[in-house]
Amino acid sequence: MRAATTLALLGTLLAAAPALAQEEGKLPHVNWSFSGPFGTYDRAAAQRGFQIYKEVCSNCHSLKEAYYRDLEGIGLSAAQVKAIAASVTVPTIGDDGQPAERPALPSDHFKSPFPNEKAARAALNGALPPDLSVITLAREGGADYVYGVLTGYGEPPAGMKMGEGMNYNKMFPGHQIAMPQPLQPDQVTYADGTKATLDQEAHDVVTFLEYVANPHMEERKRIGVKVILFLAMLTGITYAVKRKVWSDVH
Amino acid sequence: MSATAPADHGSGHPHGVDEGKRDFLKLVTGAAAAIGVGAIAWPLIDSMNPSADVLALSSVEVDLTPIPAGQGITVAWRGKPVFVRHRTEKEIKEAEDVKLSALIEPQADADRVKPGHAQWIVVIGICTHLGCIPLGNKPTDPRGDWGGWFCPCHGSQYDTSGRVRHGPAPLNLYLPPYAFESDTKIKIG
Amino acid sequence: MAGLNKSDFKNPVVNWIDTRLPLFTLMNKEYAVFPTPRNFNYLWNFGALASVALVLMIVTGIFLAMNYTPDGSMAFDSVERIMRDVNYGWLLRYAHANGASMFFLVVYVHIFRGLYYGSYKTPRELLWMLGVVILLLMMATAFMGYVLPWGQMSFWGATVITNLFSAFPVVGNAIVTWLWGGFAVGDPTLHRFFSLHYLLPFVIFAVVFLHVIALHITGSNNPLGIDVKSPQDTLPFHPYYTIKDSVGLCVFFLVWSFFIFFEPNFFANPDNYIPANPLQTPSEIVPEWYLLPFYAILRSVPNKLGGVLMMFGSILVLFVIPWLDTSPVRSAKFRPIWRALFWVLVASTIALGFVGAHRPEGWWVVLGRVATTYYFLHFLVLMPIVGKLERPLPLPESISRPVISRGGGPLPGGAPAKPMEKP
Repeated sequence: MRAATTLALLGTLLAAAPALAQEEGKLPHVNWSFSGPFGTYDRAAAQRGFQIYKEVCSNCHSLKEAYYRDLEGIGLSAAQVKAIAASVTVPTIGDDGQPAERPALPSDHFKSPFPNEKAARAALNGALPPDLSVITLAREGGADYVYGVLTGYGEPPAGMKMGEGMNYNKMFPGHQIAMPQPLQPDQVTYADGTKATLDQEAHDVVTFLEYVANPHMEERKRIGVKVILFLAMLTGITYAVKRKVWSDVH
Repeated sequence: MSATAPADHGSGHPHGVDEGKRDFLKLVTGAAAAIGVGAIAWPLIDSMNPSADVLALSSVEVDLTPIPAGQGITVAWRGKPVFVRHRTEKEIKEAEDVKLSALIEPQADADRVKPGHAQWIVVIGICTHLGCIPLGNKPTDPRGDWGGWFCPCHGSQYDTSGRVRHGPAPLNLYLPPYAFESDTKIKIG
Repeated sequence: MAGLNKSDFKNPVVNWIDTRLPLFTLMNKEYAVFPTPRNFNYLWNFGALASVALVLMIVTGIFLAMNYTPDGSMAFDSVERIMRDVNYGWLLRYAHANGASMFFLVVYVHIFRGLYYGSYKTPRELLWMLGVVILLLMMATAFMGYVLPWGQMSFWGATVITNLFSAFPVVGNAIVTWLWGGFAVGDPTLHRFFSLHYLLPFVIFAVVFLHVIALHITGSNNPLGIDVKSPQDTLPFHPYYTIKDSVGLCVFFLVWSFFIFFEPNFFANPDNYIPANPLQTPSEIVPEWYLLPFYAILRSVPNKLGGVLMMFGSILVLFVIPWLDTSPVRSAKFRPIWRALFWVLVASTIALGFVGAHRPEGWWVVLGRVATTYYFLHFLVLMPIVGKLERPLPLPESISRPVISRGGGPLPGGAPAKPMEKP
């Protein structure tokens, strides 16, 4: 009797929990190429997304865990990657022992826009743009959330008092974000002729960032399917052997 | 239905009916389990092989202009020393004139340098005996009787082409993969 | 030549070794012919599953340690390097991170199985207590392991948990400073946690060894909770239970693999993908799911020291339940009231888990206090009282004849001694 009451209570509780967790901004639901057990990265979208990162995001946001060579994973050739890396200079020590600069190599990490946190804060009114290397893993809601922030700008509702230099964003917790709206329609010109709407740009850059956060995702799922099939088969035959072994007991 | 208690422990062959089938099934299961264990072991083993960031650092460029004739420099490539020696005319001639039959590991000098760049010998600076680094790159180092390199560990000697001339080393100094980007610049790796 | 083992093994090499070091005889005795109750259900898989989980955690951990750097400025990046550059590094880390959850999952089932079937009762008190020691060691190991990636949740989890010790009067602050090796969680803390995180699993392994020795002295409990009376009640461990455990193991690997390959961050907190920042606390600090009930107990008590003592007490109480339980019957199968109360305990523990995951506000606080109260009530009050007052159902006469004689006359004493032969 008592157990039943408690369980009923628990059931109500479980049903109520998600409702409580979801009060800040509703997550948009985007059909990502990379979701699901067989999902892969849409290479073209990721390449367009890299263009957006390069032309827009990288002015403030670092990508410091990633390497230029990682770009081969979204379908760029080794020569293209080398050219992209070479267009950036990175600090080094010259033969005379003094600080110098050299063109980056594919084996280099992405160059950060600021040399350190203090420099970033000094340049950006005290705000620190987060590193984007694992951004889709580091936010509740993942890719959908990042997409939601990028497309969630707008006018604050009447009566809402905005902090100085803050921008209204319906997805961001607290709805006040220091980053001004980064993407506008036609912010970039896509080489493949895709129309650069805001949704398209957000979709593409999130695809790229999801790849950067999980560069081995395709391999992981590919191996995973085989492992699950193998284990299912092994479970089946092991159970059959078990039945045989136990047949003289039951 | 409760049945006999196998107090005589498992080796019992009760009732013989499905023995063959059971054994085959057991064999298949055992084989599959062995494959599974192997599949678990491989990622563990492979994680100790060079990682992607190590493999990516596989090439290094060397500017040859500061090296005067008769001297060499040592550069690090994949964590190993590479000797780059600027040979004099006399050293080149010595290296080319050696009778191959006199060598421990016969190899012509022409096969150890890039065509048109005979003044540059580039070798991995690790003695083929037990892995010490031979002396001879600095002008003050002993270079052995053949004017190349001398290994202080066990006395192996190499000539100006990096070929072993006196044991115990069994082989010539290894050549790294490299190419001339220009007359004064090589890329190793 | 006293003491040479008389080995029955035919293979001359095996025989030669076994005569001098009777490992093969030992393995044969303890794992092949070991008489095991014939009526185990699949819940008896979970001890074996836990051992396999422990071994796999140690193995993956050793290989991860080859690429991990326990330094505040490099730890986060070294984990990312494992994920990106080390061959199959992502697989090792996801297996290890999800493995912690899998390990606790099977151990919790193992513990609740013991509670339900009275496996802690005489003569298995010490066996049970060793198990509680293993649980404590696991919690310490898991906590320190969670600190290693040096994300926000690592850092602040370490800060909050080590600060628990500041609740102790007089020496509290000195203990915390000593644990930290500084005046906040920092590099020295990370280094020592890594050292201990590497050491403790081997200590766990040693205690598991004692746990298994104790098990093989008393023999296993079983779903009926009655003692083994004759050889008819048992089966040799091999092949009957090796194969039954293998079935469970396959299913266990299926579940584990699903998380590794398809939901690798299901149990992860997004905040731990943000590098540790000593100047900013995340909006909510939540421990891993397997520690949530204890965290909820901690927060349910309005007094700091009281909360800490209750939290530790909730585990320490498990040490004494062999003496708190007054019932002569082991298995809850034959204890209708106790069986219902068992499910209330399970529900309370799960409720505490949810409470631990939410901000202590509103009715979460109420629920947390109710569930905490029940948890202690269950062991400290209900366990001794119900054991005395409850009228258990009649027990079957033996494992091999699980027939419950319905009131009519005495049990036929020596009857089952003669085995029934199959035609």
